[in-house]
Amino acid sequence: MVTRGFSGRRPGSEAAKRLPPGQYQTHDFPVLSMGPTPSVDLAAWRFTLNHGPRPLRSWSWEEFEALPRTVWRGDIHCVTKWTRFDTTWQGVAIDDLFAAAGVVPPTQYLLAESYDGYDTNVPVADLTGGKAMIATRYDGAPLAAEHGGPARLFVPHLYFWKSAKWVKGLRFTERNEAGFWELRGYHLYGDPWREQRYTGDP
Amino acid sequence: MSAAAAEPSRWHEAVIERVVRQTPRVVSVFVSASLPRHEAGQHVDVRLSAPDGYQAQRSYSVASAPASGALELAIEKLDDGEVSPYFHDIARPGDTFEVRGPIGGHFVWRPDDGGPVLLVGGGSGVVPLMAIARHRAVVAPEVETLLVYSARTREELIFRDELFERKAREPGFALAVTTTREPLSSPVDFDRRLDRTLLREILAGWRRSPRHVYVCGATAFVEAMTAALVAEGLPPRIVRAERYGGAG
Repeated sequence: MVTRGFSGRRPGSEAAKRLPPGQYQTHDFPVLSMGPTPSVDLAAWRFTLNHGPRPLRSWSWEEFEALPRTVWRGDIHCVTKWTRFDTTWQGVAIDDLFAAAGVVPPTQYLLAESYDGYDTNVPVADLTGGKAMIATRYDGAPLAAEHGGPARLFVPHLYFWKSAKWVKGLRFTERNEAGFWELRGYHLYGDPWREQRYTGDP
Repeated sequence: MSAAAAEPSRWHEAVIERVVRQTPRVVSVFVSASLPRHEAGQHVDVRLSAPDGYQAQRSYSVASAPASGALELAIEKLDDGEVSPYFHDIARPGDTFEVRGPIGGHFVWRPDDGGPVLLVGGGSGVVPLMAIARHRAVVAPEVETLLVYSARTREELIFRDELFERKAREPGFALAVTTTREPLSSPVDFDRRLDRTLLREILAGWRRSPRHVYVCGATAFVEAMTAALVAEGLPPRIVRAERYGGAG
């Protein structure tokens, strides 16, 4: 269906290749969160791996900062349709986290859980093999609170709501349990290249 | 899960019924489309298609109350925008585009939620709050509601006449308006930046303790307002936020 009089502003061919369907490039860094930005005190901050109700391993901020660091540079895609190119993130790769904990993933799914009560589900296979990290720095500086600092999950190949802000832990679950937005009309998996925005998208 | 989980995946034809100028930067676009009924506070996705097949998508909040006829989208013109200039400069009655939704199951108010309800909007952030104010007037006028609305000037107040009329007519609806870039002019209440001090003053005058809070606007506005509300003692879990990004 053609919209009369709409011609649009096409991205350059290079940008077009990097934009998933329905996305546009932004130079801003918009913020989307469900409520107030929580203030997370580093002295009280902990990051915990859980299997169901059982804690497997927990780190203080100092302990976490001592883990091996990973840097990732690339594009991020928000379900609200903006894509930002060439962002640089630093943190602890999920592979390194599991290795440091001596944890072999006991299930195929997990929930990332946040200090503000938010959670989101991700298959374990989407976090391992160098695909994800717990990010603590953006563009070389400590991650700002409004962008999820002190630490957020970072899974750039999925829509960015999966990259839970203010993350406090990962909880292995037996089943693929829907998280906060997944219970409120958003897609269970969220692959931007297949445009899996909402419940019912292919 | 609620009605919000209804399948939003299909695109529907939207036919423009009318385009109404609200402010120098905002138009209301009234469309008819056979979407599932929305809830107050939700948004829809909009898709425009060029003759060569190129498409652009954006999300817009719905300003109209559920089940109130045409869907009203209030769209701010962004000078460097790709989609909003179309609605401002080209769109006219009878034109068509595509919509899908409604979308969003968190920033919504349902009659069962009750009140008191506190709405805090900056600029075009008032749009989804308007849907809540209008819905409440129809289905639950007894629910005490306060809208705190900040805009740069009186001229830039979206829904200005309707809001002041509602304030005069509806016993349960309170309104506090501040303009930040021009001196006080009736019926505006304040001409100061909306900060924690002013928010406290307004809440004290309202004399209600909100059960549900909805804050919408630009990121910096929402960050400041939600932080102020939490600092004033409101539990974070009752505060819902919707932040507008910077592109369109």
